[in-house]
Amino acid sequence: MTTTPEPVGAMQVQDAGPASPDRRRAAPPGGSALHEVKSVGVKIVGDVILDVNHISLRFGGVKALTDISFNVREHEIRSIIGPNGAGKSSMLNCINGVYTPQEGSITFRGQKFSHMSSRQVAEMGVARTFQNLALFKGMSVIDNIMTGRNLKIKSNLLLQALRIGPAEREEIQHREYVEGIIDFLEIQAYRKTPVGQLPYGLQKRVDLGRALAMEPQVLLLDEPMAGMNVEEKQDMCRFILDVNEEFGTTIVLIEHDMGVVMDISDRVVVLDYGKKIGDGEPEDVRNNPDVISAYLGTSH
Amino acid sequence: MQTTFPQLLLKHAAERPAAPAMREKEYGIWQAHSWSDLARLVEQLAAGLQQAGLRRGEHMVVIGANRPRLYATVLAAQSLGAVPVPLYQDAVGAECVFPLNNAEIRFVMVEDQEQVDKLVEIRDRCTQISNIYYDDPRGLRKYSEPGLESLDALIESGKAFVARHPQWFAAEVAKVQPGDVAAMFFTSGTTGNPKGVVHTHSTLIDRATAGAEFDRLTHAEEVLAYLPLAWIGQNIFSYAQWLACGYVVNCPESAATVTIDLKEVGPTYYFAPPRVFEGLLTSVMIRMEDASALKRKMFEACMNIARRVGPARMNGEEVGVLDRIKYALGNVLVYGPLRNNLGFSRVRVAYTAGEAIGPDLFSFYRSIGINLKQLYGSTETAVFVCLQPDNQARADTVGVPIRGVEIKVADNGEIMVKSAGLLKEYYKNPAATAEVLTADGWYHTSDAGFLDAHGHLKIIDRVKDVGRIKGGPNDGAMFAPKYVENKLKFFPFIKEVVALGDGRDHACVMINIDFDAVGNWAERRNLPYAGYTDLAQKPEVYQLMKECVEKVNADLASDTLLAGSQVSRFLVLHKELDADDGELTRTNKVRRGFIADKYGVLVEALYAGKTEQYIETVVKFEDGRTGSVSATLKINDCKTFAPVKAAA
Repeated sequence: MTTTPEPVGAMQVQDAGPASPDRRRAAPPGGSALHEVKSVGVKIVGDVILDVNHISLRFGGVKALTDISFNVREHEIRSIIGPNGAGKSSMLNCINGVYTPQEGSITFRGQKFSHMSSRQVAEMGVARTFQNLALFKGMSVIDNIMTGRNLKIKSNLLLQALRIGPAEREEIQHREYVEGIIDFLEIQAYRKTPVGQLPYGLQKRVDLGRALAMEPQVLLLDEPMAGMNVEEKQDMCRFILDVNEEFGTTIVLIEHDMGVVMDISDRVVVLDYGKKIGDGEPEDVRNNPDVISAYLGTSH
Repeated sequence: MQTTFPQLLLKHAAERPAAPAMREKEYGIWQAHSWSDLARLVEQLAAGLQQAGLRRGEHMVVIGANRPRLYATVLAAQSLGAVPVPLYQDAVGAECVFPLNNAEIRFVMVEDQEQVDKLVEIRDRCTQISNIYYDDPRGLRKYSEPGLESLDALIESGKAFVARHPQWFAAEVAKVQPGDVAAMFFTSGTTGNPKGVVHTHSTLIDRATAGAEFDRLTHAEEVLAYLPLAWIGQNIFSYAQWLACGYVVNCPESAATVTIDLKEVGPTYYFAPPRVFEGLLTSVMIRMEDASALKRKMFEACMNIARRVGPARMNGEEVGVLDRIKYALGNVLVYGPLRNNLGFSRVRVAYTAGEAIGPDLFSFYRSIGINLKQLYGSTETAVFVCLQPDNQARADTVGVPIRGVEIKVADNGEIMVKSAGLLKEYYKNPAATAEVLTADGWYHTSDAGFLDAHGHLKIIDRVKDVGRIKGGPNDGAMFAPKYVENKLKFFPFIKEVVALGDGRDHACVMINIDFDAVGNWAERRNLPYAGYTDLAQKPEVYQLMKECVEKVNADLASDTLLAGSQVSRFLVLHKELDADDGELTRTNKVRRGFIADKYGVLVEALYAGKTEQYIETVVKFEDGRTGSVSATLKINDCKTFAPVKAAA
């Protein structure tokens, strides 16, 4: 036979990463019929959903955060950047309820609080991924993502253990939702693979999948692209943009890769030594002299 | 059979409305689409496309993986008398420009954002594109590209039209004639622009039916559609024959899940190019090496029986009682579970084609009870020219001409084919058409070959590569470089071969060792080596190569036609042939002429009878820098055999 088929399985991963920032900023499409396909419509940045007021956090004598204030609007991608040790993860941990700041308050959807457990935060619709993956290595991808449905499961432990009545119906519903996420993140081939056997980039994806399983309103991503190669980064960028657009999820992102941050963020907060030194759209932040000096150093 | 694809669809929908036509895995579960569902979808799509302005006879491009809605779009276009043109989904944007412009494409149907991005990128070069439809809306919400619309919207508009005109579709389908153009396939030309191969409903359906009759395919077959739709083989196996027989086509979830889906579906009719079978075998062997000693022993013992008994059993030959019992035991312990693991438990007919398949590889599958066969055909012949009957499958032939095919061998050794499945023409290219299609209906395959004593077709090489030995004892004998190269490459130790001999008095080869395989072999024999060049020049390695070459010579000697192509001298190259150095094409085919030129001193030394030769070669590293490799290469002689005269 003289014709040879093209290599199987070489289907290219779509490139929608840092290379194509413009498309998000394109004008909203005209035809509305186009967008009735799935639940959520076009992304429109809305009102403030999360407001951080004068937060200070100390560990003994070490000041991790000093008087930080910024807000996050609904449906936007908000990045927190800064050099190592600037307090980015501490900030995320405050929002997440892992740390309790000594001063200041956080307002979520108009509800103000100064102390909250991480479970309460999760119930309010804030999910996160971790810098150092916190997955169950011995469990399959499906089971790991199913754990993200934990808060949504209503039937009690006994019924679940016996898989009877409502528990089984519920399991099917949740499984369907999880399958939707698996499809979305394109990890169908690894459904039943133990997470510990997957390469790092895929583990990161599973971590994101678990956070998505909570159907969060706000998603906190702690360095989702750390340790990834360019291709994996591009994939992850696309997933973040798609989550933002398809589900309308508000995203708070900590990231070191400036190219990525500048390309996909709507607004950026810059921290240095626990203080806020810049806040605004990527272009403004890029030209801010304080930010430049924090990153590159200045001669005095 | 005088019919068209849309008519076949309506026939199945009327006869077996609830039977599954396609299955697609969604949310981890196989979902079936019945023939009546499919017919309804096609009707709506056709109505939508007609409303949008797709005209009779116009071409429409389809790009994407095997998805039911893409198949439905192809059917919808054909129902309107339009011509679907599938393109490779992994081609880059620039490669799509020529086909899009050549066929004056206004309508494009794509799978997802990846393909839309591609079209957006080249749209300024293909300005006539007016409508782009996509199946998967993901990531496309913010696109404001003019003419971009979802398939759902198209279906909605079609639905409204169908509700007002319930009789419209049947009338439209009736207008399509069997002689109308049904599809066009672009062949990936190695030189110049690709050519659009035009096929009608009758050419495709004729070949699909002939193939189906040959293998007695029924509507009960299960097929996994995993190769690109733009390739005619895929089109025949999961489109033309699907509609001709009415079996079930299963769409894998994604390219990454094909092996999992294969196992779940358990196809009864399967096609794969040799390298897929090779990959599967390698994965089995690697897993066996990691298995426990007991399992390994059992596997080896059973495979020994299989090698001895299996092929004979498959060929319907008489097998002794004891062997039958042993084989049955092996079937329970090893072959059965192995077939199941590979997803071949239910395979009734499996085909491979596209390139030469190694005899060991071929007989491995047959020995474990898989009915693997070869076929011969091309885009221009709508695939089916020759097929191997169930019990006459051999690694070195491609089968007998099937119903409706006439074959003759031209004076220059070229195979000529006549059948009802030949291409109508190359699109807008009468010169190229005239070159391959004679006035009295013969098609030039440009393959050299012959029909053997049993009436099986044997392909030797491309006509333009076949040469003649000049002078010496074999003066005037046919020399087929690729045939010799392939035979040598079937040895796992040999990675590439360049055969020389056209216009010379004997044939010589330059060999590239397979570094992994030979390295592994050397380690097991405690043979130290410093690197590739060092290993390649080890006397032990030369001895190993010599054994391989002599085995090939012995094999060639039994072939009356090619006995003169036996290799009398060889050398092992000091560096790997590389596409970066221009020695291989991007698809890893050796560029014989270029190599003969570049390694001229070696060629001279081979024919001058020297025993070694110094050479210095410039190499290009991946980062673009260049360096040089030098070595003194040994040249060895090897035994040739007197031709074995055929018995009759």
